[in-house]
Amino acid sequence: MSGSGTGRRATRAAKAAGTIPDPLPAQIVRPYGDRTGDGMVQMSFTLPVASGPLAEAAALRLAEAMGVRATSVAHQKAIGPSFTFFVIYGRSRHTVDLRKVHVAEREFPLLDPEDINRRVRSLLRRRLTIVGACTGSDAHTVGIDAILNVKGFAGNKGLEYYRGMRVVNLGAQVTPDALCRAAIRERADAVLVSQVVTQGDAHVENLSAVARAFGPPGPQRPLLIAGGPRLTADLASRFGIDRVFGRGTTPQEVASYLVWAIAQRHGGPRKLEGRK
Amino acid sequence: MKKLSLDRGLAREARRLASAAAAPVQRFTEAHTTVSVERAVLRLLGVQGAGRRGIPIVNQVVDRLRAGVGLERGALLPVLRMARALNTDVDGACRAICRGRMPAEPDHSGTDAILRAQGIDAARTALAIIDARRAERDSMIGELGEPTRPWIYLIVATGNIYEDIPQAQAAARAGADVVAVIRSTGQSLMDYVPEGPTTEGFAGTYATQANFRLMRRALDETAREVGRYIRLTNYASGLCMPEIAALASFERLDMMLNDCMYGIIFRDINPYRTFVDQRFSRMLHARAGIIINTGEDNYLTTADAMGAAHTVVASQLLNERFGLEAGLAPWQLGLGHAFEINPQTPNQFVFELAHAMLVRALFPDAPLKYMPPTKHMSGDIFAGFLHNGMFNLAGILTGQDILLLGMMTEGIHTPFLHDRDLALENVRYVRTVAQDLSSQLRVVPGGLIEKRAAEVLSATVAMLRQVGEIGLFEAIARGMFADTPRPPNGGKGLDGVVEKGPGYFNPIEELLLEGVGRRRKPRPDGPAAGNGGGER
Repeated sequence: MSGSGTGRRATRAAKAAGTIPDPLPAQIVRPYGDRTGDGMVQMSFTLPVASGPLAEAAALRLAEAMGVRATSVAHQKAIGPSFTFFVIYGRSRHTVDLRKVHVAEREFPLLDPEDINRRVRSLLRRRLTIVGACTGSDAHTVGIDAILNVKGFAGNKGLEYYRGMRVVNLGAQVTPDALCRAAIRERADAVLVSQVVTQGDAHVENLSAVARAFGPPGPQRPLLIAGGPRLTADLASRFGIDRVFGRGTTPQEVASYLVWAIAQRHGGPRKLEGRK
Repeated sequence: MKKLSLDRGLAREARRLASAAAAPVQRFTEAHTTVSVERAVLRLLGVQGAGRRGIPIVNQVVDRLRAGVGLERGALLPVLRMARALNTDVDGACRAICRGRMPAEPDHSGTDAILRAQGIDAARTALAIIDARRAERDSMIGELGEPTRPWIYLIVATGNIYEDIPQAQAAARAGADVVAVIRSTGQSLMDYVPEGPTTEGFAGTYATQANFRLMRRALDETAREVGRYIRLTNYASGLCMPEIAALASFERLDMMLNDCMYGIIFRDINPYRTFVDQRFSRMLHARAGIIINTGEDNYLTTADAMGAAHTVVASQLLNERFGLEAGLAPWQLGLGHAFEINPQTPNQFVFELAHAMLVRALFPDAPLKYMPPTKHMSGDIFAGFLHNGMFNLAGILTGQDILLLGMMTEGIHTPFLHDRDLALENVRYVRTVAQDLSSQLRVVPGGLIEKRAAEVLSATVAMLRQVGEIGLFEAIARGMFADTPRPPNGGKGLDGVVEKGPGYFNPIEELLLEGVGRRRKPRPDGPAAGNGGGER
């Protein structure tokens, strides 16, 4: 190509004026400040360093290490004698190729409480009954209570809060047989089993006992759900449990799963489109 | 701006109805005790420590006594009988009971009278410790000075007491007047108080006597450094309400979250258990000079803040009634409310002002605790920062006493160091720029604010009337508070409630009651009369 030097100058000038788009293909993206491809990011953090030139230089170094160039410290403020808060701007050197981004989606959409209540009503024409317990040797009700109690967990209301749900919380150290009897008595749609203690694989023994008591999965069995901070997804297939929830699960996720799973039983997911 | 014209007759009626609704429940609480009340008595008499598998001595003793001789006469009398038989003290007797010894049945030979006199003496010693801690607080406040109101209330919640301490100290240096250490998720449902300093909790730090003491010492240091008294807050709630109150009284905590119905509604703790426990814990708080904080703000995190505003006021009136019955003075009643109306609502701020001014006018002597938005904090921290600024403005305009600082990262994570610092900057800014705004504004008579306040008060009266007709237990069973039905025989901890039998002995309660009788009947129109903070 001839005259490329002039062309590059012209391009640079045009780019500086913001009149032509960034040459990156549309599938490769950078953060957007006020021009395509400018890569502008803002960040704030605190360093455990007294406010001053050392802290500022350290903050800039950190930003660079995070891949941010042309950084400027817009704001720094001492928080007490040994901490400094920073607001920093700069250009991220990184790009993201959207074609290479794979999204692991949960199998069910996350719904808000109103939506969940509405769907329960239209699916069942009654409230959805949930029986929950800590079974076997486990006396730690913190997990089951966080999911079931109105108070909920991390600002996310528990299942009792949902008008479409009827919650029976049996508490701790419930035997699998007692749980099974309660599920039948209450005509439970779902049974939640919490296992916090996993020392000596206590949860494995407890969950397999519960699974035995309820029998194999099927339309006649209530949905069997296990939860606990150290439970792993493989436990589901191992014991024929419908779903396992791990650390940090919110009641809203459990509720969303329940309406999704119940809808599956009532003829597929077609009516369930929600925000992911 | 603080002046709101209020229908005095209607306000009197609301108080009368609250008293009537509380009366049968109050009688129930006076006729019953709980395992936690009895454990608190033993703790107050110096029983400490835990045995095998971390079960506190007081739990072991009360459980064994209950199975062996029953709790109808209280736990202390059999313990004293054991001590006499073994020629040891209360602590020694408790340890013997843990080892399986069981006190003899009463022998009616007059020893009971001697034991009772001993018990009263021991209780006097315990209350003297509490009195000394209260005097210590008064003298520190005298020496260092009282922070100006509103007090700025901040939360720390790392789970590790040794991380909490520097954060709390940093917050105090940056302007916090009150530091609350959030408890670990689930502690309210534990029927025992853990022992020792703790470094692991779920989204909060366990309330233990050792943790109380460590934080108290640290905040006293910082108070001297910054030249103002820093208040320490924790939670006397859940199944161990009375015991936590006892420990707080011993370790000079200044404010305790303590609500007559919160545990029932939000934690599914049995209603009978909760009402009995709140009474004894409040009697201790009264003696210790502790300000209680009630939890009405929570109602609005479940129910709609416009539709359920009157449930907040109704609950405040009930909390006030039960508080006065337990001997709390009006200045100790930190009634709670919150800024939780959906910010998409036109005039949201105006209605928030109406609610805040109504509560201010109804409870002129109460150190009102105003809670920031949580329900409508979306995770958009920038919008959240503005929303919190509006909350601060409402609090300052309407003369709230305790402002809990909202975090822009509410609902995302426990506050970072700079979240807290930014929240303090937010409130300092609003307080400075709007310092005298309140005195420059008047409420338009018959306008939006007055109408809304009147509407909420009328709905409160209607609700309390219904509560009185069906009874408070039935009202709770029907879900009249926070849309959550709780039947009187449901929930956790009912098996820990015991009817007092003839000869029930609780010397702490006896001594505390001596002071209560005279104070618990406020003037019929409430503590407000003639105070000048009200309205015409």
